[in-house]
Amino acid sequence: MQHSYGPIKDRVISLHNLVLVIITVITVFVGALLIWVMVRYNAKRNPIPSQTSHNTILEIAWTVIPVLILVVIAIPSFRLIYYQDRTPDPDMTIKVVAHQWYWEYAYPDQGNVDIESRYVHDEDLKPGQLRLLEVDNQMVIPVGKKIRILTSSTDVIHSFFIPALGVQRYAIPGRTIETWLQADQIGTFYGECNQICGQDHSRMPIAVRAVSDADFKAWVEQTKKSASAAQLPKIASR
Amino acid sequence: MATTSDTRAHGHDHAAHGHDDHGHDHKPGFVARWFFSTNHKDIGTLYLIFAVVGGLLGGILSEIMRAQLQFPNNHVVTEGQEWNTIITSHGLLMIFFSVMPALIGGFGNWFIPLMIGAPDMAFPRLNNISFWLLPPAFLLICIGLVMGESGSGWTLYPPLSNSTYESGMGMDCTLFALHLAGISSLLGSMNFIVTIFNMRAPGMTLHKMPLFIWSELVTAFLLVLAVPVLAGAITMLICDRNFGTAFFDPTGGGDPVLFQHLFWFFGHPEVYIMILPGFGIISHVISTFSKKPIFGYLGMVYAMVGIGVVGFVVWAHHMYLSGIDVDTRAYFMMATLVIAVPTGIKIFSWIATMWGGSIELKTPMLWAIGFLFLFTIGGVTGVVLANAGIDEAVHNTYYVIAHFHYVLSLGAVFSIFAGFYYWIGKMSGRQYPEFWGKVHFWMTFIGVNLTFFPQHFLGLSGMPRRYPDYPAAFAGWNYVSSIGSYISGCAFLVFLYVCFKTFTSKVPVADNYWGEGATTLEWTQTSPPAFHTYLEMPRIS
Repeated sequence: MQHSYGPIKDRVISLHNLVLVIITVITVFVGALLIWVMVRYNAKRNPIPSQTSHNTILEIAWTVIPVLILVVIAIPSFRLIYYQDRTPDPDMTIKVVAHQWYWEYAYPDQGNVDIESRYVHDEDLKPGQLRLLEVDNQMVIPVGKKIRILTSSTDVIHSFFIPALGVQRYAIPGRTIETWLQADQIGTFYGECNQICGQDHSRMPIAVRAVSDADFKAWVEQTKKSASAAQLPKIASR
Repeated sequence: MATTSDTRAHGHDHAAHGHDDHGHDHKPGFVARWFFSTNHKDIGTLYLIFAVVGGLLGGILSEIMRAQLQFPNNHVVTEGQEWNTIITSHGLLMIFFSVMPALIGGFGNWFIPLMIGAPDMAFPRLNNISFWLLPPAFLLICIGLVMGESGSGWTLYPPLSNSTYESGMGMDCTLFALHLAGISSLLGSMNFIVTIFNMRAPGMTLHKMPLFIWSELVTAFLLVLAVPVLAGAITMLICDRNFGTAFFDPTGGGDPVLFQHLFWFFGHPEVYIMILPGFGIISHVISTFSKKPIFGYLGMVYAMVGIGVVGFVVWAHHMYLSGIDVDTRAYFMMATLVIAVPTGIKIFSWIATMWGGSIELKTPMLWAIGFLFLFTIGGVTGVVLANAGIDEAVHNTYYVIAHFHYVLSLGAVFSIFAGFYYWIGKMSGRQYPEFWGKVHFWMTFIGVNLTFFPQHFLGLSGMPRRYPDYPAAFAGWNYVSSIGSYISGCAFLVFLYVCFKTFTSKVPVADNYWGEGATTLEWTQTSPPAFHTYLEMPRIS
């Protein structure tokens, strides 16, 4: 899994690690059994087959033991989904609106700052920039803050997905879906639209830049200024 | 499950027709035999040929996809829309026009009557219709593909599949193709249910029925209950597209998520529809080549019934991120995890069947053992995905692709090949080449693992599905995956060669060429069976 940069992803990874160990053990166990029976009960070594076809204790065991394993998985799993569902005390809200084929981020708590985020075409890439991940306007968030995310869409279904923060929600026209995220470190985290949305599905990446509180305030001020100066031409969405 | 038949039926067939001469069968002429066929064996053969054609086209599409994804910034497929159409067609072709025709129409038609001692299916003409609805459906899918207008993914989620975003006629063709394929499956499965309930040989009670018959019976029930829901959903979608309704359009008060519910209410049982008949085949193969009766027969039967029932109440685990309530997600997560229990029972019962047996590693058995191991891998990754919390980080990524190809392309397809090698002698009366069968197995085994195992890594690092192009970070494993798919592609050519060798083979096979391990009724018939079998009813002691 991608390295974690937030508390949700920390928990996702720890549950995944638990499950991964369990499933690896099961797979190796089944594989070993298969190899064992192929070798030990090969027709050459065991020409006369037994005719056993029942063993009640064994059958109960392989019903009950998987149930117990599932309980072991289910308990932390339930805890995780309730934790990552939504946060009771968000520090701020960002409205994520998906369009064919770009993202729009609105900050209602910062005086409705509203930015549009499009991918950087191959020919415009500067050295060091990542192809198909870099965008012109990143979604900027203050580090260490709980941020409520509201996703929606104006056309088809998209999916807002940031692997490094362990957060993903569909963006569906006609409804608003709530979730939350938090970044623990300063940095830029990339994601991509993750629900098929037409021609340029692979060309609407998500880039989230986590910055310090002060930098975030400065960014808000600057974005406001440039917005009022230039009156960013908004592309009419369908 | 030991079904020893009264040998009188057998003897009768011999007496009346002899081994090679079926002149008394009064086979109709070519057109009447193959186009107006009402004979379950001929229809089964048609289904199998159809499945090979569908699988070939679907396979060509997957080779194109892997060629495109071999490197980032590749240009085998230039347009996103083209790409989306290819992935849509690949999914639909493989599901509706390859796996289902092979497992249900092909082996089901061939062996349900033979295994229960019935002379034919209950409704032979219905059987003919249910096959002949498929070629036009196939044609419609191809129109959608060639027009490049069905780029919604096989899940057909609106609004992407509605007339605003996918305005061409190709999308309508694809939807009508599903309607036709759906009617075909419905008619076929009703036929199966009636046949199995009413035409079993005297003495074959439900609890003595071979597991393959049980698996087809459960599958038929799943189809009868699930397909009408899909039909409803795509009818509403067709109305949305063409007649101005707004079932799934939020601007008219509709709801795109409603479609997802309807689709997956069909779509989840559908994956069990594809794998259950495979379970049946694997049971027979393993029992035959271990020379042991199947272990825990009743447990196996009720595990399948349990999978069928629970399979209907887990559909929203495909929709964890569609904004459904967290308590609902908790329920669906739990229900999904529960499915691992009956599946585990089956896996362990198969191993227990082999335990203490006298195992011969002939080609069908290789496929069956390969199935057990790969299906286990696909099953445990399913347990990972069932956790809604983890799903948030891997939903719609290549992890999901790897998971369902392990259960389908490595599970269902392995069971098809196991069935093919197990029964081809019975169906054709010729011996398949053992050596080339094994070559086919090993090439496929290596190829598909190389293709799909690395996709787990891609998914865990966040590569989304349905992408024609990807950031450089995902380059390495995609390359490995593409190489694997070329090997699997070559393996399919080996399969075609195996078919060629088999049908041109001069080596006839015995009635029961697998010997003591093969105990079901079809082995009492000649190879190939007479055009009309069981002229006299067999009795099960």
